Amino acid sequence: MAVNILDYPFDADLILQKKRAIKRELRAKENLLPKKVAIMSGVTVGVMQDILEIYLLANGIAPEFYQGQYGLFYENLCFDDGSLAQFAPDVIYIHTSMRNLKAMPVPGDTAEDAEKLAQAEAGRFLQAAKAGLALGCPVILNNFELPPYRVMGNAEATNPGGHVRFVRRVNEILAQAADETPNLYLNDLCYLQAQHGMDAFSDQTAWYAYKYPCALDKIPYLAQSVANIIKSLLGRNKKALALDLDNTLWGGIIGDDGPEGITMGMETPAGMAYAEFQQYLKELSALGVLLNVDSKNEEANAVAGFARADSVLKKDDFVCFKANWEPKSHNLVAMAKEINIFPDSFVFIDDNPAEREIIRQQVPGVAVPDLGAPEEYIHSIDRSGYFEVTNLSADDQKRVAMYKQNAARAEMQASFGDYSEYLRSLEMRGEFGHFDNAHAERITQLINKSNQFNLTTRRYTAAEIESLIGDPNYVTLYARLVDKFGDNGIIANVIGHVAGETMDIDLWVMSCRVLKRDLEKAMFDKLVEDAQAKGVKVIRGHYYPTAKNLLVKDFYATIGFELKSEDEAGNKEYEFVIPADYQPQCDVMETLRVD
Amino acid sequence: MEMQKILADVQEIFRDNFDDEELVIDRSTCADDIEDWDSLEQINLLTAIEKKFGLKFKLEDVRGLQNVGDLLDLIARLVG
Repeated sequence: MAVNILDYPFDADLILQKKRAIKRELRAKENLLPKKVAIMSGVTVGVMQDILEIYLLANGIAPEFYQGQYGLFYENLCFDDGSLAQFAPDVIYIHTSMRNLKAMPVPGDTAEDAEKLAQAEAGRFLQAAKAGLALGCPVILNNFELPPYRVMGNAEATNPGGHVRFVRRVNEILAQAADETPNLYLNDLCYLQAQHGMDAFSDQTAWYAYKYPCALDKIPYLAQSVANIIKSLLGRNKKALALDLDNTLWGGIIGDDGPEGITMGMETPAGMAYAEFQQYLKELSALGVLLNVDSKNEEANAVAGFARADSVLKKDDFVCFKANWEPKSHNLVAMAKEINIFPDSFVFIDDNPAEREIIRQQVPGVAVPDLGAPEEYIHSIDRSGYFEVTNLSADDQKRVAMYKQNAARAEMQASFGDYSEYLRSLEMRGEFGHFDNAHAERITQLINKSNQFNLTTRRYTAAEIESLIGDPNYVTLYARLVDKFGDNGIIANVIGHVAGETMDIDLWVMSCRVLKRDLEKAMFDKLVEDAQAKGVKVIRGHYYPTAKNLLVKDFYATIGFELKSEDEAGNKEYEFVIPADYQPQCDVMETLRVD
Repeated sequence: MEMQKILADVQEIFRDNFDDEELVIDRSTCADDIEDWDSLEQINLLTAIEKKFGLKFKLEDVRGLQNVGDLLDLIARLVG
């Protein structure tokens, strides 16, 4: 179907009109991740659920829904009749709007009165949200759009009795709570209203006649916004950008016009548009998004463009730099291989519609937004929410440096004859700790976004990880890898479930940026130590195949497990009987216990 | 605008909305005749009709619509 769901710009009317056909088509895709989503109602849910389903499906998530009763979000959450808990949601979305604010200040109220009211009103929504959090899953709460009319005019924003000032204050309280409360996320309804314009967004017919929080044709944007938070929480964000150069990062053709002839910098309107676009990309990079060049150019020419003093981006800001005459689809696939991510983790940015079409056809799954004019480039990336931030960990901000260190290691590897010798030359140190609260956020994030080195592809919520901390029936380990090029951060987790003298490995994940470093062997050595301490004699390993984890289909055999059974679907069961004189398998790094 | 043309356009909207390429409607078709046609679907239909014919229904316009015939008459009145 030619309906563009995910990439800018999408056709909201078409999505509404053809929702059933779109859903049918998306449901037919393979490898969808089933998740339970509870929608609690302050205002009409209606078509919001259908469109949210479409956006989740388009991100590879197959939702099953629970819908609370109309207008009863507070009652259903705080006084659950048992049905919500029984549904066991993976995520809760509270679908409310400014119309759900019960008490508003009136002209003449003091600032103190208004503040008390704001705290009480925000408190009611937060109480409902916290009842949801108690079920152990993330909760997404809307903030409030601004009121569509102003009795006092501009003074509504300044007078303590003004509703504009009041809504802004309530939003501020909610923002602070979301920032401070783990697992609570705010969907910025107020921003959506501003983005589309109050009169177009806050359609009063839609409210009076149907109790919708916004015009029907804005529901797809609202659904997309909520879906972006959910897919980000489930590790479905894009990770990298493949960027064209000529007329994309600067104006003109550098091969023809020379570095001095291209348009960039602050002197011309078009130059400013390109400069701000580069600045936007640089900010994405600071969040851990990997920037890469994919351009038809001589490399020397391309490098010269970034050498200009007024170029915001420098060559060093890129992880892969492919300026050559290869087809761009080949370059993109090669870059994915080099940095160890899947091609469908890329967003492809090119001003040339023909190049975009080739990528759409040749490398399915890559996001390919239409680009428009240079002043619209930022929107084409920004409005789609490819890189929605939910948990910003320190590792995210270091990620670009880590991938560049990988490139340096690859260069060094070429100069060694023996691989172990090379590994030892990296001066690696593996640090191993049991799951603890200080690292729970990164542990959860890694578990939910690892696809390749992932034996069981079991996903865990933050609450589930927290419940494992200190549980005597479990052996948990996280690993950090440091080497002479830098700190890779926490890059592997394992969870073993002990029953008597047997331990099942429920989960084993490792980031692909540390493949082939023997870290998995060092980790197994530690796992055996911990298992022995609990009296375990036999360790059972499970491999469940997915479209993405073929890499580890024989992994357990390589570390000494015996294959016990394999079914038609490729599910494998392994066993490892711990020998009395178990010898550590990893001898290329120093290892350290950190708790 | 000719009634026949309006009916054809509205039928196309119904087919899209209910994902049924063979759906045939006439003036007497009402919510009881189409399984998924409930009050929430009615909103989706009305919004699609607004887009198609470049209209904006008022609250008063959409009160008491009984069947497709009422809908066609309303559109005909508003598009003139």
